Amino acid sequence: MNALQIVLLIIATVFPIMWLVRRKWGWTYARWAGLILAAIIMTLPFVWLFCAAFKDKTVLNEYMFLPSIDRLSPETVNLDNFIELFSAKQTVSGKVSFWRYFANSLFLASTTTFISMVFCSMGGYALAKYRFRGRHAILGFMLASLTIPGVVLLAPNFEIIYQLGWMDKYRALIVPGAASAFGIFLFRQALLNVPADLIEAGRIDGCSEFRIYLQLAMPLVRPMTGAFCLITFLAQWNSFLAPNIFLQSQEKLTLPVVLNQYIGEYAQQYGVFLAGTLVAIIPPAILFLALQREFISGLTSGAVKQ
Amino acid sequence: MSQVQTPQAVASGVLAAKPSAGARRYKFRKAITPYSFLLPYFLVTFVFFLYPLLYATILSFHMTSGPGVRRFVGLDNFAFVLADPDFHRALYNTAFFAVCSLLIQLPLSFGLAMLLNSGKSRLKGFFRLAIFAPNLVGQVFVAILFTMLFTPRYGLFNRIVHILTGFGLEQRWLTDPRWVMPAVVIAALWLYVGFNMIYFLAALQNVSRDLVEAAWIDGAGPWGVFWNVTRPAVTPVATFVVVVSSIGSFQLFELPYVLLQGYGPKNSGLTIVGYLYSNAFENGDLGTAAAVGWLLTLIILTISLIQIKLSGTMENDG
Repeated sequence: MNALQIVLLIIATVFPIMWLVRRKWGWTYARWAGLILAAIIMTLPFVWLFCAAFKDKTVLNEYMFLPSIDRLSPETVNLDNFIELFSAKQTVSGKVSFWRYFANSLFLASTTTFISMVFCSMGGYALAKYRFRGRHAILGFMLASLTIPGVVLLAPNFEIIYQLGWMDKYRALIVPGAASAFGIFLFRQALLNVPADLIEAGRIDGCSEFRIYLQLAMPLVRPMTGAFCLITFLAQWNSFLAPNIFLQSQEKLTLPVVLNQYIGEYAQQYGVFLAGTLVAIIPPAILFLALQREFISGLTSGAVKQ
Repeated sequence: MSQVQTPQAVASGVLAAKPSAGARRYKFRKAITPYSFLLPYFLVTFVFFLYPLLYATILSFHMTSGPGVRRFVGLDNFAFVLADPDFHRALYNTAFFAVCSLLIQLPLSFGLAMLLNSGKSRLKGFFRLAIFAPNLVGQVFVAILFTMLFTPRYGLFNRIVHILTGFGLEQRWLTDPRWVMPAVVIAALWLYVGFNMIYFLAALQNVSRDLVEAAWIDGAGPWGVFWNVTRPAVTPVATFVVVVSSIGSFQLFELPYVLLQGYGPKNSGLTIVGYLYSNAFENGDLGTAAAVGWLLTLIILTISLIQIKLSGTMENDG
């Protein structure tokens, strides 16, 4: 028996005791024990990642998390992994620093997010607020297109991108997803709630149709916009398949592709790519904390009717 | 009977009587506005969805070697794929993964949502964040993390399993063909359990508190309340989650590809999309890849329809 087994055994034996004293106590206890256990399991890999990134390579495997207090020193816990990570490395296309990949990912994710936010909300606005010939057909087509898995298009899109001369260019990653049926549908659902009176009032006051969309309708769906931006940003930030296929020059690569390369390169010194992973998850984490509320409501808006 | 003319009626009357050039231009502009709002969608969809879809159909009947070179071969690509033992392996692995997702991941997600549903609001936010956190980092980063967690002797996962059970310290998760797919399932479980929990949580919040209380007062036990009040309210969302999660499972690629740095020993971690990828971008055979894409679409559509149908009949029973 070791400490961890004993702790788990105690947690398990307290439940029937509580339950026998009072049913309600038993259930409350079980709920909290379950939640705390789940939270620990879910966060443990992150804690491990954090510790591993700061451990010196000589003690990387020696301790499960951080070294014991008496061995805590600059020789065991230091920034060596980060220094190695951010030092410019010689590649086939000259010296490239890790910052470069970080900047690439940031640029690509923000550009994609901005462009698809504009195009999807425009499309959603048209479908929600105008009555025009063919709108039912367009909406039906969009919903049908959502059932086709994206990978079917992978092989032909590769040829199209090649024919267009877009290989190794960021537009190969930005343009194909710039106006997705999924995004337009999300914005349509949100924009349906914009009152028609408001739009009519804008028209009477002489606003152009585009200004009505931009300055009257869009401010009303700010939560949906936040959710959409976060979903799009995360998808592009974490995307691996398309950048791996379409990007070729080393200095244009994004973080997921580079960190995948590092697994092979730093097999003996894995603290370095764990440090890289730690750096790579900071931007999505910040964005999520800022937009958490919108994100969850946006995520479930398609599935749960209010 | 006096007719009161509204301003609009007056305006339209004027327009009808004398359609000036300005009015005609105004009408035209008004008619094309929605289409111009949708223009980006039309362009992108035509070039990167409709055309490729048609092109995928054409490609799937051709033998290709790299972009540009091709020859018509009829249904040979489909025949080749369906007879290829690698494709059978990929199909088996993907189906194994999908079934594990349904049977392990979704019940766990639902259980966590139930635990979380009645908590105090502030702590609830904390636990929700903790359980949802892996989704921020996506498949590739999770795979990178788990290549290290699964290391024999030193990996965190192996160490904890060893402390708890006394076995498994030297377990070669990523190099033993028998354990490759279970390893992928474990990593995916950690990644997606919080994602599905969010959906179940949203559904549970729609369960009427009055109805639950009424059921308690009428003497229903916890099981009775769950079966008669909670279950019917959650069924639509559960169907949605089951369908979406199956569709996602059948498109699994990045997680095993990065975790195994390829397809694993003896293709033990090959998935359908992995098979497609290796055909298209490692062998340069876009025709076979397009055929695999269509087969995958067929599989996904069939499974989704069956699931939607089944959930419908179950609703009628209850």
